[in-house]
Amino acid sequence: MTETGNGRVGTGRRRRGARGERLMVERAEFTSYYGRPILKEPTWSSVDIAGYFFLGGLAGAGSVLAAGAQLTGRPATARALKTSSALAIAGSAAALVHDLGRPGRFANMLRVIKPTSPMSVGSWLLAGYGPAAAGACASALTGRLPRLGTLATVGAATLGPAVATYTAVLAADTATPAWHDAHRHLPFVFAASATCAASGMALVASPVHEAGPARRAAVAACAADLAATEMMTKQLGLVGETYEQGKAGRLMHTARILTTAGALGAALLGGRSRTAAVLGGAALLAGSALTRFGVFEAGVASARDPKYTVVPQRSRMASRSEETDPAASA
Amino acid sequence: MAQDTDTSGAGRRTGTLRRLLSGPEPEPAEDAGHTGAPARVGFFTDTSVCIGCKACEVACKEWNAIPEDGIDLTGMSYDNTQSLGASTWRHVAFIEQNVVAASLPSAQDHSDVDVFALASGTEPGTVGATEPGDGAERDGVRWLMSSDVCKHCTHAACLDVCPTGALVRTEYGTVVVQQDVCNGCGYCVPACPYGVIDQRKDDGRVFKCTMCYDRLGDGLEPACAKACPTESIQFGPLEELRERAAERVEQLHRRGVTSARLYGHEPDDGVGGDGAFFLLLDEPEVYGLPPDPVVTTRDLPEMWRHAAYAALGLVGAAAAVFLPLPGRRSGR
Ligand code: SF4
Ligand code: SF4
Repeated sequence: MTETGNGRVGTGRRRRGARGERLMVERAEFTSYYGRPILKEPTWSSVDIAGYFFLGGLAGAGSVLAAGAQLTGRPATARALKTSSALAIAGSAAALVHDLGRPGRFANMLRVIKPTSPMSVGSWLLAGYGPAAAGACASALTGRLPRLGTLATVGAATLGPAVATYTAVLAADTATPAWHDAHRHLPFVFAASATCAASGMALVASPVHEAGPARRAAVAACAADLAATEMMTKQLGLVGETYEQGKAGRLMHTARILTTAGALGAALLGGRSRTAAVLGGAALLAGSALTRFGVFEAGVASARDPKYTVVPQRSRMASRSEETDPAASA
Repeated sequence: MAQDTDTSGAGRRTGTLRRLLSGPEPEPAEDAGHTGAPARVGFFTDTSVCIGCKACEVACKEWNAIPEDGIDLTGMSYDNTQSLGASTWRHVAFIEQNVVAASLPSAQDHSDVDVFALASGTEPGTVGATEPGDGAERDGVRWLMSSDVCKHCTHAACLDVCPTGALVRTEYGTVVVQQDVCNGCGYCVPACPYGVIDQRKDDGRVFKCTMCYDRLGDGLEPACAKACPTESIQFGPLEELRERAAERVEQLHRRGVTSARLYGHEPDDGVGGDGAFFLLLDEPEVYGLPPDPVVTTRDLPEMWRHAAYAALGLVGAAAAVFLPLPGRRSGR
């Protein structure tokens, strides 16, 4: 077992078992089997899957901003975002394939269409969005086939919001407490984080005189990101601490600082100084990436400790039996 | 899915879509497309007669040719297997509990028990087995043993989320991985509410109990049930097992074993009932089982709905930031 190295498992949380008497140290009242996890934590590598979430968000939200830039006559911004979206979605798909246990069988993802599997839905989404993003990029860079390029731009912008948010459903559609129990908030966190990344990219890559919308998007996305994350953590109750403690807590905290600094810097100074815009944009990109790593690690932490499985399920059972028979709760 | 407006997530709806995602589902094999499917089969694991011999673990490893997955001494009583996993499809849990001797059911008078009748098997379900608590009254220690296995859920999250269709519902109502299809995406692993299915790192694919699909086809019972010397693991049509289990609980309650309870037997629980269910003598979490598991896809319509709201929000925000339209393009 991989967990034995860090001394978390089998110490401190036992209530029963061979050495239960000596090790009865615990905060929340719950029992477990030698403190062992009930759930399996994801087998995914954090770099691959958090990277897949981040790059998908950057690409999807980027396509929306690219279409906006093109419609409002900001060609440099549009070109930059189309390029970053095409590269990001290629990277996102590559990370997903790299994480497979059998990468050679990646095409099996398109073997069936399964509405109950967000990964299946996502694969089909990527199969449609990927070529659109690539086409929009190719046309913008070469100047060829402008009509087809516009069509691809519109297509990518239409699918982009779905690309930026389906990964939240993918994570939430598991038994992992920090993800599943956040299923109402996680899509908003991901959409906001994706917009942070895309506006950051726009700030990095476009001239100051075109970047007004990117600065406004950065501020709006930053505010939405902070609010959605805060609401999610509150609503999660006990499980919310997985977003505040340990590795996930440090990642989320750093992400908040970077996102806020990036948005503020871009808004206050980015209109005058190109350097400030680039720095702010880079901070927003980094903040978005760290948010995804934080969400990933919170999920792992919530699966690893049986407390986050047992305690919420117990309180759910208690409130259910009160509901059905208030008198019998005694 | 978008037209579904049940926000409670209670799964009480009987509409077809609802039935496919959660709630009571009488015909999992038929609804998976098997016509004229045989009766759904399952396991009833009666932990009150388990003696912890691990014959099930060994028989499973042997029959299914499962590789060795580590030899450890854990200090967890006699449990060195630790948990279910890609290469452990039956896992016997051992729990040692200190209890007040007088509180043990075995403190009752046994003088009227005909041990020869028990040994000759005229009393079903107790052949050669120790009744719970027997022998423990002297030192006030209770020893719980339980052979855990994949639950072959009526609503199996592993199957629902599998993007390749590698995980399928068989004609027997069981859940099986098709090893020639699985691409090792690992999605099923965190999806399982019982932490059963896992990936073999060196192979890349995932593995779990098949309920001996290959044996079922030949009319044989699964290897673990065959090997179990105490009939702690019983195999058969699920309906029949549920009736037998209800009788067994009553029998134990009559004998004063009030801690006996069934786990995973109810067709209206969070996973629509388990194909492999249990008789336990303590709370589920004591055995490492979740007390109230729910199939994650029960909430899937709500997840997609919220993703749609978030996506619309993204579009709206993008439109708003570009609104001061051309002409005012000085960077403001
Ligand atoms: S217990 Fe887990 S692995 Fe077994 S059928 Fe249910 S969800 Fe799938
Ligand atoms: S790892 Fe294999 S069985 Fe599990 S979800 Fe992926 S393709 Fe399906």
